[in-house]
Amino acid sequence: MKSLAELQAIKDKMKDKVVLREGSAQKRVVVGMATCGIAAGARPVLNAFVEGVSKEGLSGEVAVTQTGCIGICQYEPVVEVFEAGKEKVTYVKMTAEKAQRVITDHLKGGKVVTEYTIAAYAK
Amino acid sequence: MKELSLNILDIAENSVKAKAPLTQIILTESEDLLTIEIIDNGCGMTSDIVKKVIDPFYTTRTTRKVGLGIPFFKMEAEQTGGTFEIESKAESEFPNDHGTKIKATFHKDHIDFIPLGDVVSTVTTLIQGHPDSDFLFRHVTPKGEVFLDTREIKNELGGVSLAEYEVIKWIEEYIKEQYQSI
Repeated sequence: MKSLAELQAIKDKMKDKVVLREGSAQKRVVVGMATCGIAAGARPVLNAFVEGVSKEGLSGEVAVTQTGCIGICQYEPVVEVFEAGKEKVTYVKMTAEKAQRVITDHLKGGKVVTEYTIAAYAK
Repeated sequence: MKELSLNILDIAENSVKAKAPLTQIILTESEDLLTIEIIDNGCGMTSDIVKKVIDPFYTTRTTRKVGLGIPFFKMEAEQTGGTFEIESKAESEFPNDHGTKIKATFHKDHIDFIPLGDVVSTVTTLIQGHPDSDFLFRHVTPKGEVFLDTREIKNELGGVSLAEYEVIKWIEEYIKEQYQSI
Protein backbone atom coordinates (compact mmCIF):
# COMPACT_ATOMS: atom_id res chain seq x y z
CA MET A 1 0.00 0.00 0.00
CA LYS A 2 1.11 3.54 -0.74
CA SER A 3 1.71 5.79 2.23
CA LEU A 4 2.02 9.55 2.53
CA ALA A 5 5.66 9.05 3.59
CA GLU A 6 6.52 8.14 -0.02
CA LEU A 7 5.90 11.76 -0.94
CA GLN A 8 9.19 12.62 0.74
CA ALA A 9 11.02 10.84 -2.09
CA ILE A 10 9.08 12.80 -4.73
CA LYS A 11 9.86 15.99 -2.84
CA ASP A 12 13.60 15.28 -2.87
CA LYS A 13 13.53 14.33 -6.53
CA MET A 14 11.58 17.45 -7.53
CA LYS A 15 13.71 19.94 -5.64
CA ASP A 16 16.35 20.28 -8.34
CA LYS A 17 13.81 20.21 -11.16
CA VAL A 18 11.72 23.00 -9.66
CA VAL A 19 14.68 25.34 -9.51
CA LEU A 20 15.45 24.61 -13.16
CA ARG A 21 11.89 25.10 -14.21
CA GLU A 22 10.88 28.35 -12.60
CA GLY A 23 9.55 30.72 -15.21
CA SER A 24 10.92 28.64 -18.02
CA ALA A 25 7.65 27.44 -19.59
CA GLN A 26 7.67 29.04 -23.04
CA LYS A 27 4.52 27.32 -24.22
CA ARG A 28 1.16 27.15 -22.53
CA VAL A 29 -1.56 24.62 -23.34
CA VAL A 30 -4.95 25.77 -22.05
CA VAL A 31 -7.91 23.35 -21.93
CA GLY A 32 -11.47 24.69 -21.58
CA MET A 33 -13.04 23.03 -18.54
CA ALA A 34 -16.47 24.65 -18.15
CA THR A 35 -19.74 22.67 -18.34
CA CYS A 36 -19.61 22.72 -22.15
CA GLY A 37 -16.02 21.44 -22.33
CA ILE A 38 -16.47 18.79 -19.66
CA ALA A 39 -19.68 17.46 -21.26
CA ALA A 40 -17.94 17.27 -24.65
CA GLY A 41 -15.01 15.25 -23.29
CA ALA A 42 -12.39 17.74 -22.05
CA ARG A 43 -11.32 15.63 -19.06
CA PRO A 44 -9.57 12.86 -21.05
CA VAL A 45 -8.07 15.52 -23.36
CA LEU A 46 -6.59 17.40 -20.40
CA ASN A 47 -5.24 14.16 -18.92
CA ALA A 48 -3.68 13.21 -22.27
CA PHE A 49 -1.82 16.54 -22.37
CA VAL A 50 -0.67 16.30 -18.73
CA GLU A 51 0.64 12.76 -19.26
CA GLY A 52 1.98 13.24 -22.80
CA VAL A 53 3.90 16.43 -22.02
CA SER A 54 5.62 14.69 -19.13
CA LYS A 55 6.36 11.51 -21.10
CA GLU A 56 7.86 13.46 -24.01
CA GLY A 57 10.12 15.27 -21.55
CA LEU A 58 8.52 18.65 -22.27
CA SER A 59 7.56 19.52 -18.67
CA GLY A 60 10.25 22.19 -18.49
CA GLU A 61 8.99 24.16 -21.47
CA VAL A 62 5.25 23.42 -21.66
CA ALA A 63 2.72 24.30 -18.95
CA VAL A 64 -0.69 22.59 -19.12
CA THR A 65 -3.46 24.63 -17.49
CA GLN A 66 -7.26 24.80 -17.35
CA THR A 67 -9.70 27.60 -18.02
CA GLY A 68 -13.45 28.20 -18.06
CA CYS A 69 -15.72 28.64 -21.07
CA ILE A 70 -13.86 30.01 -24.06
CA GLY A 71 -17.13 30.98 -25.77
CA ILE A 72 -17.23 28.56 -28.69
CA CYS A 73 -19.11 25.74 -26.97
CA GLN A 74 -20.10 24.03 -30.24
CA TYR A 75 -16.40 23.32 -30.91
CA GLU A 76 -15.59 21.83 -27.51
CA PRO A 77 -13.32 20.27 -26.35
CA VAL A 78 -11.24 23.36 -27.20
CA VAL A 79 -7.51 23.62 -26.55
CA GLU A 80 -5.49 26.80 -27.01
CA VAL A 81 -1.73 26.83 -27.43
CA PHE A 82 0.10 30.04 -26.48
CA GLU A 83 3.71 30.59 -27.37
CA ALA A 84 5.73 33.73 -26.74
CA GLY A 85 6.05 35.81 -29.90
CA LYS A 86 3.61 33.67 -31.89
CA GLU A 87 -0.08 33.81 -32.66
CA LYS A 88 -2.41 31.72 -30.49
CA VAL A 89 -3.43 28.37 -32.03
CA THR A 90 -6.97 27.13 -31.29
CA TYR A 91 -7.58 23.39 -31.63
CA VAL A 92 -11.22 22.26 -31.67
CA LYS A 93 -13.22 19.02 -31.27
CA MET A 94 -10.23 17.55 -29.50
CA THR A 95 -9.78 13.95 -28.35
CA ALA A 96 -7.03 12.21 -26.38
CA GLU A 97 -5.67 10.78 -29.66
CA LYS A 98 -5.55 14.20 -31.33
CA ALA A 99 -3.83 15.54 -28.22
CA GLN A 100 -1.04 13.02 -28.74
CA ARG A 101 -0.44 14.34 -32.25
CA VAL A 102 -0.46 17.97 -31.09
CA ILE A 103 2.18 17.05 -28.49
CA THR A 104 4.51 15.35 -30.97
CA ASP A 105 3.98 17.55 -34.04
CA HIS A 106 3.33 20.96 -32.52
CA LEU A 107 4.72 21.13 -28.99
CA LYS A 108 7.75 18.98 -29.76
CA GLY A 109 8.17 19.45 -33.51
CA GLY A 110 7.07 23.07 -33.78
CA LYS A 111 4.61 22.36 -36.59
CA VAL A 112 0.95 23.35 -36.09
CA VAL A 113 -1.51 20.50 -36.81
CA THR A 114 -3.58 22.60 -39.22
CA GLU A 115 -6.37 20.08 -39.75
CA TYR A 116 -7.38 20.19 -36.06
CA THR A 117 -7.50 23.98 -35.84
CA ILE A 118 -10.66 26.05 -35.77
CA ALA A 119 -9.80 27.45 -39.20
CA ALA A 120 -10.14 23.95 -40.69
CA TYR A 121 -13.56 23.41 -39.04
CA ALA A 122 -15.21 26.79 -39.31
CA LYS A 123 -15.56 26.78 -43.07
CA MET B 1 -23.17 14.25 -18.94
CA LYS B 2 -22.15 10.64 -19.48
CA GLU B 3 -20.87 10.13 -15.92
CA LEU B 4 -21.87 11.71 -12.61
CA SER B 5 -18.15 12.18 -11.94
CA LEU B 6 -18.17 14.78 -14.75
CA ASN B 7 -20.95 16.67 -12.96
CA ILE B 8 -18.86 16.57 -9.79
CA LEU B 9 -15.93 18.05 -11.70
CA ASP B 10 -18.16 20.75 -13.17
CA ILE B 11 -19.76 21.71 -9.83
CA ALA B 12 -16.43 21.67 -7.98
CA GLU B 13 -15.03 24.08 -10.58
CA ASN B 14 -17.68 26.54 -9.32
CA SER B 15 -16.29 26.15 -5.80
CA VAL B 16 -12.79 26.94 -7.00
CA LYS B 17 -14.15 29.92 -8.90
CA ALA B 18 -15.82 31.05 -5.65
CA LYS B 19 -12.26 31.17 -4.24
CA ALA B 20 -12.89 28.33 -1.80
CA PRO B 21 -9.72 27.46 0.12
CA LEU B 22 -11.22 23.98 0.67
CA THR B 23 -13.69 21.99 -1.43
CA GLN B 24 -15.01 18.74 0.00
CA ILE B 25 -16.42 16.01 -2.23
CA ILE B 26 -18.23 13.42 -0.18
CA LEU B 27 -19.87 10.35 -1.71
CA THR B 28 -21.95 8.11 0.51
CA GLU B 29 -23.27 4.85 -0.89
CA SER B 30 -25.70 2.33 0.50
CA GLU B 31 -27.14 -0.68 -1.30
CA ASP B 32 -29.63 1.41 -3.28
CA LEU B 33 -28.68 5.06 -2.77
CA LEU B 34 -25.78 7.29 -3.77
CA THR B 35 -25.47 10.69 -2.11
CA ILE B 36 -23.07 13.25 -3.58
CA GLU B 37 -22.18 16.28 -1.48
CA ILE B 38 -19.97 19.13 -2.64
CA ILE B 39 -19.21 21.51 0.20
CA ASP B 40 -17.02 24.58 -0.10
CA ASN B 41 -16.00 27.55 2.01
CA GLY B 42 -15.91 29.97 -0.90
CA CYS B 43 -17.63 33.33 -1.22
CA GLY B 44 -21.12 31.78 -1.27
CA MET B 45 -24.24 33.33 -2.74
CA THR B 46 -27.06 35.47 -1.45
CA SER B 47 -30.48 33.80 -1.22
CA ASP B 48 -31.61 35.61 -4.40
CA ILE B 49 -28.75 34.15 -6.41
CA VAL B 50 -29.23 30.64 -4.95
CA LYS B 51 -32.79 30.66 -6.26
CA LYS B 52 -31.53 31.59 -9.70
CA VAL B 53 -28.74 29.01 -10.12
CA ILE B 54 -31.17 26.15 -10.67
CA ASP B 55 -32.53 28.14 -13.62
CA PRO B 56 -30.71 27.21 -16.85
CA PHE B 57 -30.93 30.79 -18.04
CA TYR B 58 -28.79 32.06 -15.19
CA THR B 59 -25.00 31.87 -15.39
CA THR B 60 -21.89 33.52 -13.98
CA ARG B 61 -20.10 33.24 -17.26
CA THR B 62 -19.83 36.25 -19.49
CA THR B 63 -19.38 34.41 -22.79
CA ARG B 64 -22.90 32.97 -22.96
CA LYS B 65 -26.29 33.57 -21.42
CA VAL B 66 -26.96 30.02 -20.22
CA GLY B 67 -25.50 28.03 -17.32
CA LEU B 68 -26.40 24.37 -17.33
CA GLY B 69 -24.09 22.87 -14.71
CA ILE B 70 -26.42 22.93 -11.71
CA PRO B 71 -29.67 22.35 -13.67
CA PHE B 72 -28.11 19.23 -15.27
CA PHE B 73 -27.04 17.82 -11.93
CA LYS B 74 -30.46 18.49 -10.36
CA MET B 75 -32.24 16.87 -13.29
CA GLU B 76 -29.99 13.79 -13.17
CA ALA B 77 -30.77 13.25 -9.48
CA GLU B 78 -34.50 13.87 -9.82
CA GLN B 79 -34.87 11.60 -12.85
CA THR B 80 -33.91 8.66 -10.58
CA GLY B 81 -36.57 9.65 -8.04
CA GLY B 82 -33.84 11.30 -5.97
CA THR B 83 -33.47 14.76 -4.47
CA PHE B 84 -31.35 17.88 -4.92
CA GLU B 85 -30.61 20.56 -2.33
CA ILE B 86 -28.47 23.66 -2.43
CA GLU B 87 -27.65 25.90 0.51
CA SER B 88 -25.38 28.89 0.50
CA LYS B 89 -24.17 31.61 2.82
CA ALA B 90 -22.75 34.73 1.19
CA GLU B 91 -19.52 36.12 2.54
CA SER B 92 -21.12 39.58 2.65
CA GLU B 93 -23.72 38.37 5.16
CA PHE B 94 -21.73 35.67 6.99
CA PRO B 95 -18.09 36.84 7.05
CA ASN B 96 -16.94 33.97 9.30
CA ASP B 97 -19.03 31.08 8.07
CA HIS B 98 -19.69 31.25 4.34
CA GLY B 99 -19.76 28.85 1.42
CA THR B 100 -22.01 26.61 -0.61
CA LYS B 101 -23.27 23.10 0.02
CA ILE B 102 -24.85 20.96 -2.68
CA LYS B 103 -26.37 17.60 -1.89
CA ALA B 104 -27.89 15.25 -4.46
CA THR B 105 -29.28 11.80 -3.81
CA PHE B 106 -29.65 9.18 -6.55
CA HIS B 107 -31.54 5.88 -6.63
CA LYS B 108 -28.95 3.52 -8.10
CA ASP B 109 -31.45 0.89 -9.22
CA HIS B 110 -33.50 3.37 -11.30
CA ILE B 111 -33.23 2.91 -15.07
CA ASP B 112 -32.28 6.58 -15.52
CA PHE B 113 -29.40 6.44 -13.02
CA ILE B 114 -26.21 7.67 -14.70
CA PRO B 115 -23.16 5.73 -13.51
CA LEU B 116 -20.66 7.51 -11.26
CA GLY B 117 -17.83 6.79 -13.71
CA ASP B 118 -14.19 7.73 -13.23
CA VAL B 119 -14.27 9.77 -10.05
CA VAL B 120 -10.51 9.32 -9.56
CA SER B 121 -9.91 11.23 -12.79
CA THR B 122 -12.21 13.99 -11.55
CA VAL B 123 -10.19 14.38 -8.36
CA THR B 124 -6.81 14.41 -10.13
CA THR B 125 -8.11 16.84 -12.77
CA LEU B 126 -9.26 19.26 -10.05
CA ILE B 127 -5.94 19.07 -8.24
CA GLN B 128 -3.90 19.47 -11.46
CA GLY B 129 -5.86 22.56 -12.46
CA HIS B 130 -5.94 24.14 -9.02
CA PRO B 131 -2.83 23.09 -7.11
CA ASP B 132 -3.14 26.02 -4.70
CA SER B 133 -6.68 25.13 -3.59
CA ASP B 134 -7.36 22.24 -1.23
CA PHE B 135 -9.63 19.28 -1.84
CA LEU B 136 -10.96 16.65 0.50
CA PHE B 137 -12.37 13.53 -1.12
CA ARG B 138 -14.22 10.84 0.79
CA HIS B 139 -16.14 7.91 -0.71
CA VAL B 140 -18.01 5.83 1.86
CA THR B 141 -19.33 2.49 0.60
CA PRO B 142 -20.89 -0.43 2.51
CA LYS B 143 -17.56 -2.27 2.03
CA GLY B 144 -15.18 0.46 3.14
CA GLU B 145 -13.93 3.96 2.60
CA VAL B 146 -11.61 5.89 0.27
CA PHE B 147 -10.05 9.13 1.52
CA LEU B 148 -7.75 11.87 0.29
CA ASP B 149 -6.95 15.31 1.72
CA THR B 150 -4.58 17.53 -0.26
CA ARG B 151 -3.64 19.41 2.94
CA GLU B 152 -1.96 16.22 4.21
CA ILE B 153 -0.14 15.85 0.91
CA LYS B 154 1.08 19.44 0.96
CA ASN B 155 2.44 18.91 4.47
CA GLU B 156 4.65 16.13 3.14
CA LEU B 157 5.65 17.88 -0.08
CA GLY B 158 6.70 21.23 1.30
CA GLY B 159 6.79 23.67 -1.59
CA VAL B 160 6.50 21.17 -4.46
CA SER B 161 3.42 21.96 -6.59
CA LEU B 162 0.59 19.45 -6.64
CA ALA B 163 0.32 20.06 -10.39
CA GLU B 164 3.63 18.25 -10.99
CA TYR B 165 3.02 15.12 -13.05
CA GLU B 166 4.84 12.86 -10.56
CA VAL B 167 2.59 14.12 -7.75
CA ILE B 168 -0.64 13.80 -9.77
CA LYS B 169 0.34 10.27 -10.81
CA TRP B 170 1.09 9.36 -7.18
CA ILE B 171 -2.30 10.73 -6.04
CA GLU B 172 -4.06 8.77 -8.79
CA GLU B 173 -2.39 5.53 -7.74
CA TYR B 174 -2.94 6.28 -4.05
CA ILE B 175 -6.71 6.56 -4.56
CA LYS B 176 -6.89 3.62 -6.98
CA GLU B 177 -5.11 1.38 -4.47
CA GLN B 178 -7.64 2.31 -1.82
CA TYR B 179 -10.51 1.37 -4.17
CA GLN B 180 -8.86 -1.97 -4.94
CA SER B 181 -8.53 -2.80 -1.27
CA ILE B 182 -12.20 -2.31 -0.40
